[in-house]
Amino acid sequence: MKKPKNYNLIIGGSITAIMLIFMLTGIFFTPHDPNTMDGGLKFAGASFTHPFGNDNFGRDLLSRVMTGSLTTLYVAALTVLIGTFFGVVIGALTGYFGGIIDEVLMRINDTVFAFPSILLALVFVSIFGSGRNNVILALGIAFVPSFARIVRGEFLKYKKMDYITSARLAGAGNLRIMFFHILPNTFTVLLPAVLIGFNNAVLAEAGMSYLGIGVQPPDPSLGRMLSEAQPFLFRAPAMALAPGIVLILIILGFSLLSDGSMKSLSAQSLQNRGNK
Amino acid sequence: MRYTLQKLTTMLITLVTISFLVFLSFHLIAGDPATKMLGTEATPERLAALRTEMGLDAPFLVRYVRWFTAFITGDFGSSYSYNMPVSAMIGDKVPITLTLTFMAFLLIILLSIPLGVYTAKKANRLIDRIIMVVNQIIMAVPPFFAGIILTLVFGLILRLFTPGGYVSYKTDSLKFITYLFFPALALALPKAAMAIKLLRSSVLAEARLDYVRTAYSKGNSTNQVLYRHVLKNAMIPFITFLGMTLAEMIAGSIIIEQVFGIPGLGRILLTSIANRDYPVVMAIIILIAFMVLVVNIVVDIIYGLIDPRIKQRDFLSLRSLERKQRKSKASFGKNVEKMPFFRTVKRLR
Repeated sequence: MKKPKNYNLIIGGSITAIMLIFMLTGIFFTPHDPNTMDGGLKFAGASFTHPFGNDNFGRDLLSRVMTGSLTTLYVAALTVLIGTFFGVVIGALTGYFGGIIDEVLMRINDTVFAFPSILLALVFVSIFGSGRNNVILALGIAFVPSFARIVRGEFLKYKKMDYITSARLAGAGNLRIMFFHILPNTFTVLLPAVLIGFNNAVLAEAGMSYLGIGVQPPDPSLGRMLSEAQPFLFRAPAMALAPGIVLILIILGFSLLSDGSMKSLSAQSLQNRGNK
Repeated sequence: MRYTLQKLTTMLITLVTISFLVFLSFHLIAGDPATKMLGTEATPERLAALRTEMGLDAPFLVRYVRWFTAFITGDFGSSYSYNMPVSAMIGDKVPITLTLTFMAFLLIILLSIPLGVYTAKKANRLIDRIIMVVNQIIMAVPPFFAGIILTLVFGLILRLFTPGGYVSYKTDSLKFITYLFFPALALALPKAAMAIKLLRSSVLAEARLDYVRTAYSKGNSTNQVLYRHVLKNAMIPFITFLGMTLAEMIAGSIIIEQVFGIPGLGRILLTSIANRDYPVVMAIIILIAFMVLVVNIVVDIIYGLIDPRIKQRDFLSLRSLERKQRKSKASFGKNVEKMPFFRTVKRLR
């Protein structure tokens, strides 16, 4: 039987790849300097030299969107990294060892989990102050519980399985079992969660920067570009549309990728089961 | 009844934990409120006097208990920057944020139930494909950008409402509601798209089960089967999702309020964060947490009403289920598999 094509994966992968190229190009090349102002080009529409037009200071929108989305990528990637790392460690320890620490940590986890992550990030920012690194820290901490919960569930599921018992009989230590025998198996659940977490991080960062408590100038940011564009919405819609559409594409790409990977990973594990 | 009581106790414990964590973290960083109120040039005597007046010289735990008991009786302390009671500052803002959230919530239900069932009915036909592609794109729109687009299209081009023309509910409640319609729509759209997708897949999963065939064989029409039999069962993951969404929307309305210039809780929260006006920040955060917890409780109670099986299952609580699992290896995994949708919902987030 021919395997049905996983369109989610294909389309999501292509969108993400294009967006990544777009963002990463911004590191070493932008068509214009994103901060050079040109009074003559205020609110200029799309042209050959400025494909997205110019903003209220005559700055090139394409270049600004490129550098802005780079900040978004940076913040989101580090946030997810922090969230996943601590989430995996906490989830693994609590799920594997259980006991009183598990009870206490999971109670705290439940409490934090009941809290919307953007609100949690707001609390952290109000404590530590705004700015790029604080946003990363705040969002990273806010994402730990969701990852910890997922990983803990998987560890609970696997630690009772026969292959773990045999690994222990073969002399494997706790750490070895946790990180070499169980952790790779959580991958199927963790990968989609990481991709969705990335999306949530992009959304949260953009939202916080829009509110003016996220990334601060001179770091460019898509969220702040949107809030700057709002007073000129009627006069120069491109100012808002350009960063907004880039945001949508980033999120769309990752959510399709997450759906697709979930589908193909579950298909894979079904196949493996069939082969046994 | 016991079920409800159990849920209420859990809620109270969570609320106390949250308030303690919030109080602790703000206690650690806030510095000395007395210095903040009087400025750095105040004399030590005046500082000391104010500290005694505010009860700041008591030990940490005593202060927490004092603050918490005051809080539950409605005394949220007073603002550093405005020197007025916090409850007076936020009291009339709470209805605004709540109205916005509940309007958005209603919109989600009104949009997603018909569309979710319809797309499931037409699954894999052209119309379903089109709706699902549009749906997928809408899911990716950040709510505040949806707000900006709605302002542009309906406010500036079609001139259906005046952006920034907020009317207080005290002056004209009808105009207040009509102004809140587009903000609520912006808040609802991305979540409604997720809800449609979830409901569609959960209806499709239900439709495979035996009781659906029985219902058909008794002579019911497709719509009767869908709305009377399938929807009821498909609702359970949907309600889980709605509960989580409602909680997120209360927080999300902070941003939307800013987009449409609505003076709700969000604006006060933001200015207080900027001014480092911690009593206000603390009060708003705990209020929102309280609302979120109430929503969770309501969702749990609705579960029990819709599906009595859950009540029994949940009465043991998930935790004791886990304990059971630890004891009996044979039953392992069964209980987890009983709730496949919980996992789907978690992944969707």
